[in-house]
Amino acid sequence: MIALLTRDMRLAVRAGGGFGLGLAFFLIVVVLVPFGVGPQGALLSKIAPGILWLGALLACLLSLDRIFALDWEDGSLDLLATAPLPMEGIVSVKALAHWLTTSLPLVLAAPVLGVLLNLPAPGFGWLLVSLALGTPALSVIGTFGAALTVGLKRGGLLLSLLVLPLYVPTLIFGAEVARRGAEGYDVTTPLALLAGITCGTIALLPFASAAVLKINLR
Amino acid sequence: MNLNALWEYANPKKFIATTDRVLPFVAWMAALLLVTGLVWGFFFTPDDYKQGATVKIIYLHVPAALMAINAWLMMLVTSLVWIVRRHHVSALAARAAAPVGMVMTLIALATGALWGQPMWGTWWAWDPRLTSFLVLFLFYLGYIALWEAIENDDTAADLTSILCLVGSVFALLSRYAVNFWNQGLHQGASLSLDKEENVADVFWYPLLVAMAGFALLFVALVLVRTRTEIRARRMRALEARERMQA
Repeated sequence: MIALLTRDMRLAVRAGGGFGLGLAFFLIVVVLVPFGVGPQGALLSKIAPGILWLGALLACLLSLDRIFALDWEDGSLDLLATAPLPMEGIVSVKALAHWLTTSLPLVLAAPVLGVLLNLPAPGFGWLLVSLALGTPALSVIGTFGAALTVGLKRGGLLLSLLVLPLYVPTLIFGAEVARRGAEGYDVTTPLALLAGITCGTIALLPFASAAVLKINLR
Repeated sequence: MNLNALWEYANPKKFIATTDRVLPFVAWMAALLLVTGLVWGFFFTPDDYKQGATVKIIYLHVPAALMAINAWLMMLVTSLVWIVRRHHVSALAARAAAPVGMVMTLIALATGALWGQPMWGTWWAWDPRLTSFLVLFLFYLGYIALWEAIENDDTAADLTSILCLVGSVFALLSRYAVNFWNQGLHQGASLSLDKEENVADVFWYPLLVAMAGFALLFVALVLVRTRTEIRARRMRALEARERMQA
């Protein structure tokens, strides 16, 4: 399992710039927002938590099809499926690798981009916490979507259509934590619910992803 | 009736034969109930003392919303049946129900907007109920798109039924998440069987008829579409056999 994890991470970092792409996308989204809504600081600081959450979510979405597509093309997914590792384990490791290589850099970059959007000072900590707690759910849900669409030739758009509705609860609670944090309110309830969603998806969704992947490899 | 006898309809031939007999009856009953309910509701009930004549949108809005949710529940059940017992008719019924459910969702949203404009002064508000219906609509879109995208029938049935299961959980989660996220304009349930404060009987009876009509309409449409799917699949099989022999 650890070998698979290190292999996936090495591939992600070395092969073809997929690693920095999500970060660059995140940066561009955040830069484009003031062009769209105007440069007023008060407005920006009000919508900053939501924009940062949305940007991180979209950047995460953008890299989902890479989770299985390359392994599917060169046949290593078939090899993995016949390996002694259970499919649920493979799927979980893939999700973990995606989180470490794509989501974690987004989490770490978010406060820096928060400066650009005039995020209020108390918001930085909660933004970091909410993203760190919420992005694992995004990666796990995204792995499910990637497993669903792995065999399709033009699965990218379909993948977004399938995954984005599944992101709704995570986004609601995550952005709520960041927003309340930025405005100085109590964040306990949404934080607990966000943690609940993350734990629930990590515990249960790999089974669905594994089942779906088995069907696709049939 | 013996419950095991239900599984006989998993045989496509038996399904077609039975629905041949049942379908005209269901369709005519649906038409009759719909016409009765809507005409009764539109022309023979008093105007509401606050809402005036706009209250009559209820006879389209509520039944459509009801069927939008029930269609998804039906897809969930048929998907489960497909996963557990692998009856093709079940998978095809789920596939057939999805666009009907999607249209019902759209009707509920559209009539809601038409009703909301004079009553709340806005076509749309990010109210929990409205929002969760929009999310439900997105779930329908994804489900249908996945069916369309996959070429192999069995793979498509497998994948969509798992998506339906996972989607149901997330749809439910979203429902409560949006509840948390914003307070609503939409009233709570006023048609519950066990509550004191419900709509008055004058509105309730025609609404009941309209709801039964919508339910039967849904059943009729799903039956027709399932039969079409079965026949289309049979035709493809025949064509493939002919090519083999040629």
